[in-house]
Amino acid sequence: MAPTTSSAITLKINGQNYPLTVDHRTTLLDALRERLDLTGSKKGCDHGQCGACTVLIDGRREVSCLNLAVAAEGREITTVEGLARGDELHPVQQAFLDLDGYQCGYCTPGQICSAVAVIEEHAAGWPSAVTGDVRPEAGPPPLSAEEIRERMSGNLCRCSAYVSIVQAVSRAADTTAGQRRTEPAGTEPLGSGDTGRTADAEAAA
Amino acid sequence: MTTATTGRTTPKGVVGTAHTRVEGVEKVTGAARYAGEIPFADLAHGWLVLSTVARGRIISVEDGPVLAMPGVRAVLHHGNAPRLETHFQGVIGPPDPTTTLFQNDRVAHLGWPVALVVAETSEQAREAAESLLVHYEEEPHDVDFRGDRPEAYPVDGFAPGVVEKGDLEAELAASAHVVDVQYTTPEEHHSMMEPHAAAARWDGGRLEIVDSNQSTTWVQSDLAQMFSLEPSAVRVRSEHIGGGFGSKGVRVHQVAAVMAATVLQRPVRVVLTRRQMFPLTGYRSPTSQRVRLGADAEGRLRALEHRSVSQTSTVHTFVEPSAGVPRVMVDAPAHHTANLVVPLDVPTPTFMRAPGEAPGSFALESALDELAEKCGLDPIELRVRNEPARSPVSGQPFGARNLLACFHEGARRFGWADRDPRPGVRREGRWLLGTGVAGASFHAGAGPSTALATAEADGSFTVRISAADIGTGARTALTLVAADALRVPVDRVRVHIGDSDFGPAMFAGGSMGTRSWAWAVDAAAEELRERLALGATIPPEGITVRSDTTDAVRRLAQTERHSYGAQFAEVAVDTATGEVRVRRMLGIFAAGRIVNPLTARNQLVGGMIWGISMALHEEAVRDRASGGLYGGDLAGYHVATHADVPLVEADWVEDHDPDDPVGIKGVGEVGVVGAAAAIANAVRHATGVRHRHLPIRPDRVLMARETGATHA
Repeated sequence: MAPTTSSAITLKINGQNYPLTVDHRTTLLDALRERLDLTGSKKGCDHGQCGACTVLIDGRREVSCLNLAVAAEGREITTVEGLARGDELHPVQQAFLDLDGYQCGYCTPGQICSAVAVIEEHAAGWPSAVTGDVRPEAGPPPLSAEEIRERMSGNLCRCSAYVSIVQAVSRAADTTAGQRRTEPAGTEPLGSGDTGRTADAEAAA
Repeated sequence: MTTATTGRTTPKGVVGTAHTRVEGVEKVTGAARYAGEIPFADLAHGWLVLSTVARGRIISVEDGPVLAMPGVRAVLHHGNAPRLETHFQGVIGPPDPTTTLFQNDRVAHLGWPVALVVAETSEQAREAAESLLVHYEEEPHDVDFRGDRPEAYPVDGFAPGVVEKGDLEAELAASAHVVDVQYTTPEEHHSMMEPHAAAARWDGGRLEIVDSNQSTTWVQSDLAQMFSLEPSAVRVRSEHIGGGFGSKGVRVHQVAAVMAATVLQRPVRVVLTRRQMFPLTGYRSPTSQRVRLGADAEGRLRALEHRSVSQTSTVHTFVEPSAGVPRVMVDAPAHHTANLVVPLDVPTPTFMRAPGEAPGSFALESALDELAEKCGLDPIELRVRNEPARSPVSGQPFGARNLLACFHEGARRFGWADRDPRPGVRREGRWLLGTGVAGASFHAGAGPSTALATAEADGSFTVRISAADIGTGARTALTLVAADALRVPVDRVRVHIGDSDFGPAMFAGGSMGTRSWAWAVDAAAEELRERLALGATIPPEGITVRSDTTDAVRRLAQTERHSYGAQFAEVAVDTATGEVRVRRMLGIFAAGRIVNPLTARNQLVGGMIWGISMALHEEAVRDRASGGLYGGDLAGYHVATHADVPLVEADWVEDHDPDDPVGIKGVGEVGVVGAAAAIANAVRHATGVRHRHLPIRPDRVLMARETGATHA
């Protein structure tokens, strides 16, 4: 009997179920782009070096080119197409648009997905390599330009729009923090994985 | 039917005011589709097979076993590929034989394209391509680039090879201060984020290509010649382009896709992998540059020699004209410049952002810094004393040369007046601090273009031009230009670009794109407005006006027309690890009329960050044994990322050329010019060590400190 080389799976992407049969070699990135017509996630290097294919998996950022589609079944996947609410852009998208946080736009979906997660990670108190005080009781450090640069460094932008990207992430973080304070309990920002952490961050803020 | 509704009065224009990108929402939501993302029914996938030897002959391609693999539909190689026209004059010259695929059995470098496997899915194509056995008769190869190769010869590329005036040796001998130094820059790669991708299909006797390129008409014209087709039988579209930087012209992926679509008579897409891009899509040649400067006691140049050697492949000549920089920047009674090239068994280099100017300005602007130090002069004062009144080479007057205004404004804002010129004396913990400055220039040319402006029956306006927005913001800039010419609000104008059916237009290159296209768009829109002002009634199909700037470009007053800039950098050098950090950068530019400050600033800053990347990170290292690169991917080839980049600021001074009807000079390239030199000059100021070899790696900083040498 010939070995099985494909499987029928269901991927949950942006809150919607997508049943499909995939070649076992198919990466999550190729499944999105070639099979599901979700071409917002970009292929810049196809081996985890550039960040253009970054998506959120269970609320955390991952490069979709290094995930196999078959292994992504049962997980909550958010792509750049899933961030806006109808015509209302996600604060990160709006800030990239307003502050020109891009040029050619090819790294942009990855930068934006990473930025969404960076803001969550920071609000949840996760330190980075440049965080001075990493004791849990110290709480999140200020989301300085240096913190943003460090946390965003897995996303290359060859057009080198880094300066305006950092400004956009900073502005979006402020907007998001403002929303957290005003939103009623239970409405979770898209892309956040753990409401407990969000609540902690709110308390800290 | 509606009547004319362009403005009757002249409102305040939108050109010169910040405007977010007109395609911005599409780009931030992932809706913008790039070349590899356009769906086609019955699409097949092509995967290139590259040579594993650096020089030789293909003996055989064992395609039989691969054709039996699941999903494989074809294996194209030199034994079965359709014949192509290989001798023709393309848009920028004869075709690089790397792109005229599978026409003979020769292998000219490691990673030479030897076959294309086409299959139903990309996974099948990739596995089959990686399984294909190709046998070679290998020959000894030579990839050893050095500036002292005796076979180096001068080449007239897009700049003259050799330009000489005056007695160099006599003026050097009579000089009070002499600098005689050698600089090198490494092989550098464009590394735009979107890999080259194209899909081709035959549709009713017409060849349709969806591609990522810097000029649809260039690709259309060259492919038509290569495949012996009428240009009108070829349509190339390229709506969104994920970066170009000079690399996205005619490349193997388009030719492979067309060839396979023709053989199989179905749509075929070919996408290059990141690793395939390194040998197949051009790069900036390494350079070895000798600069000799002689000055009198007051720092006025008597002698200048700039001799640059670069490499090319054995199949095509491209020269990196680094010695062109002093032909614009500084004059001397004896002024000798030469661009030479050495053919090696390497891929063909090509235009990469500021070709010539980027490496050439590193050498010249470093050498001027060295001379200033020898003369005991501030480096800006040295440049003031050597500011030429006319072009050193052509003798023509300069059109709007505001280089010194850039230096003065930059010095004021950077705080240059407080600078202590002594090197190696500012310490902050383990960091040594220093500041550096350098000048910049880039040619402001223009190419003929055509544009179509249509008044639609619904009161809106449509502009069509085969321009390319490779991230520059050209689409938005042209929208602003059209709105002003029509005297209507921006939201009533739609600009369509990236389609060869819109007619001939300049390519996105040489910082000439927006300048050239704006000229044509302005002409068409102006004429349309004049026509509508007569009270024309607009029929359902609209009223369309076509412009052609061919004559206007020819009539342009011949002056030396360039953009200029002054680059300022502050660095910190860790004496324990050799790490160099750029702390801040400021660039002040004279770049004509700025159409959209938001996107122009972004481009200038992006260029300056390319300078950081060039000064500190980028280096493609060629392995003499294999002939290929060590680590030819984005992990092995380092480009600057977020953590490398401080707050970089760009701004501009008034720059008006009364003889130039467009006034736009372009901002795509001048931002990188001089940036690496400003950083290297700052490293010298910080540490007292002069680095003449890029990139300034930690090991070079440490070795220089240990040996006390002035270079590593």
